[in-house]
Amino acid sequence: MAVKMSYSEAINDAIRLAMRKDDDVILIGEDVAGGAEVDHLQDEGAWGGVFGVTKGIVEEFGRDRVIDTPIAESGYMGAAVSAAATGLRPISELMFNDFIGSCLDEVMNQAAKFHYMFGGKAKVPLTIRTIDGAGFNAAAQHSQSLYALFTHIPGIKVVIPSNPYDMKGLLLSAIFDDDPVIVFEDKTLYGMKGEVGEGFYTIPFGKAEIKRAGKDLTIVGLGKQVYTALKAADQLAKKGFEAEVIDPRTLSPLDEDTIINSVKKTGRLIIVDEAYPRCSAATDIAAIVGDKAFDYLDAPIKRVTAPHAPVPFSPPLEKLYMPTPQKIIDAFSVMVGNKVFSAV
Amino acid sequence: MQTETQVAAKDMTVEKAKWIYTKMQEIRQFETAVHDIFAKGEIPGFVHLYAGEEAVAVGVCAHLTDDDSITSTHRGHGHCIAKGCDLNGMMAEIYGRATGLCKGKGGSMHIADVSKGMLGANGIVGAGLPLAIGAGLTAKVKKTKNVAVCFFGDGASNHGTFHEAVNMAAIWKLPVVFVCENNGFGEASTFDYAAAADQIADFAKVYKIAGETVDGKDLPAVYEAAAKAVARARKGEGPTILECMTYRDFGHFEGDTQSYKDKEAQKKAITEDDAIVRFQDYLKKQKILTGQDIKKIDDAVKASIDEAIRFSEESPFPDAKEVTTDVYVSY
Repeated sequence: MAVKMSYSEAINDAIRLAMRKDDDVILIGEDVAGGAEVDHLQDEGAWGGVFGVTKGIVEEFGRDRVIDTPIAESGYMGAAVSAAATGLRPISELMFNDFIGSCLDEVMNQAAKFHYMFGGKAKVPLTIRTIDGAGFNAAAQHSQSLYALFTHIPGIKVVIPSNPYDMKGLLLSAIFDDDPVIVFEDKTLYGMKGEVGEGFYTIPFGKAEIKRAGKDLTIVGLGKQVYTALKAADQLAKKGFEAEVIDPRTLSPLDEDTIINSVKKTGRLIIVDEAYPRCSAATDIAAIVGDKAFDYLDAPIKRVTAPHAPVPFSPPLEKLYMPTPQKIIDAFSVMVGNKVFSAV
Repeated sequence: MQTETQVAAKDMTVEKAKWIYTKMQEIRQFETAVHDIFAKGEIPGFVHLYAGEEAVAVGVCAHLTDDDSITSTHRGHGHCIAKGCDLNGMMAEIYGRATGLCKGKGGSMHIADVSKGMLGANGIVGAGLPLAIGAGLTAKVKKTKNVAVCFFGDGASNHGTFHEAVNMAAIWKLPVVFVCENNGFGEASTFDYAAAADQIADFAKVYKIAGETVDGKDLPAVYEAAAKAVARARKGEGPTILECMTYRDFGHFEGDTQSYKDKEAQKKAITEDDAIVRFQDYLKKQKILTGQDIKKIDDAVKASIDEAIRFSEESPFPDAKEVTTDVYVSY
């Protein structure tokens, strides 16, 4: 049975299911419950995170398992890492992924290293939920998409769900995974509604989804950029070109096979990513395909990304900053050696 | 710059009092205007308002020059105004226009004007603390006698950067004043819940520096305490933690339901305890300014805020090329 749910509700649902299933699952972060020790405030009136995503969870599970922290990312992230290593299965919320600057050590040098460094004898079943994404006019320190930073680091898995169904299944996989996992929630998708499976289900990591089949071009869209890719594909179809659109769903592990098999069929690849272009996930995918499927390529691989610049505040600038269907079509016209699509 | 012999608030010159009251009014009216405009959906992004805390920014910045530096927070509009940032440029920045202080590229949370010693509002809680000691280090190394002031909230006092910065400022005797705006809330969590300490100024004892807690709604109290702290820093006698007990009139961000606030406490804070009302009473009682003087300032400020809004609305958005300019100085 499928139910209609928003991206935000899918997160809330997944957390509740996980907490019901396993008493070791706790939720910790800044105002994840909200209003701690405020006498007049009942738990149902509490924030539930800055976007209200975890609203109501404290009512069901109480403040022993839904823990508001001081604004002290290094402290509570380190605590979550070690709580994971000593028997809990924490979901630690980093309010914005940009705040990783305040607790990178705990993630990069501690959580991601324990298992390897200790000879496989320690495990850190930690899930970090964090908000990313531009398009919200939230400016340079609240709009980044930093998944590449974590994809670079061995020992932590990286998940970028693009819709409510995937969010729920991937988040549940993350929570019950024995490795540290970071799940990116695009703030502009919170209100997006979609069909979500009822009850408990998981989606395995490293399995991409082909959102649209095609034979002329492969477009890999990361996170919400899968929608930009789909729009471009619709417009290209009107010109007689069928694009295959792939949502990788997880960056670490990455489903290389699905991407490479698609490129073998289409001979062309565009990667759409709103993150910075240097040392990025888009660049990484381009390198993998260049390495493993070079002989199948009919044109150079193109990346449609943000420019190598911070996210600007001013709305018209931010609009220019983001990938668009037209930018994808422009890239494709170059790949096929003509410019006829620029007027699309 | 105030010298030590002039620090008593009762000796405040009429000129100084006018400057202080004007700045407080500018902050209040600026923030109220931004609140209204945001509610109408005409301002994009995240906005955090400073209304209610005016006495802190102004009472401290009254002792600073353009050569002194301040670091600020996500709730930075008040610090910008108190440090002399241009109202038109600030408002245009919040509107995302090309005429903004940061060309529209920073927005509310990143307003800065380095020429005024305003090192930026900041989107990262706790980030201003180490930045302030860096400005203090520059002053010390270059022997400029300049002072750095760090405005930070009670929420940030729980952040590691607070302890790292205060400790370093103490061991190096840096000319820094750590001004804690204790408004009782870090986002939606109360100070009582999130902090183990009773007062932030208590940490001064541990780090063996000067510390004081004052009523942050009482302009003369802030003014006098800040005068001492700034003078101490300027004389090379090291840092101070100045904790100002205050209140955030609006929510953590615009759109916040504020369900965690005690309604009675909020009412008291914005009426009888209001910093501007109390300073008006003080000015009249001390016969520094008359009711008529005050009214004149209020009206002039209103005109300047209206002008800032007009200026912003009529300003163009930034040119497309601005997306990729200013990333590096060198290319």
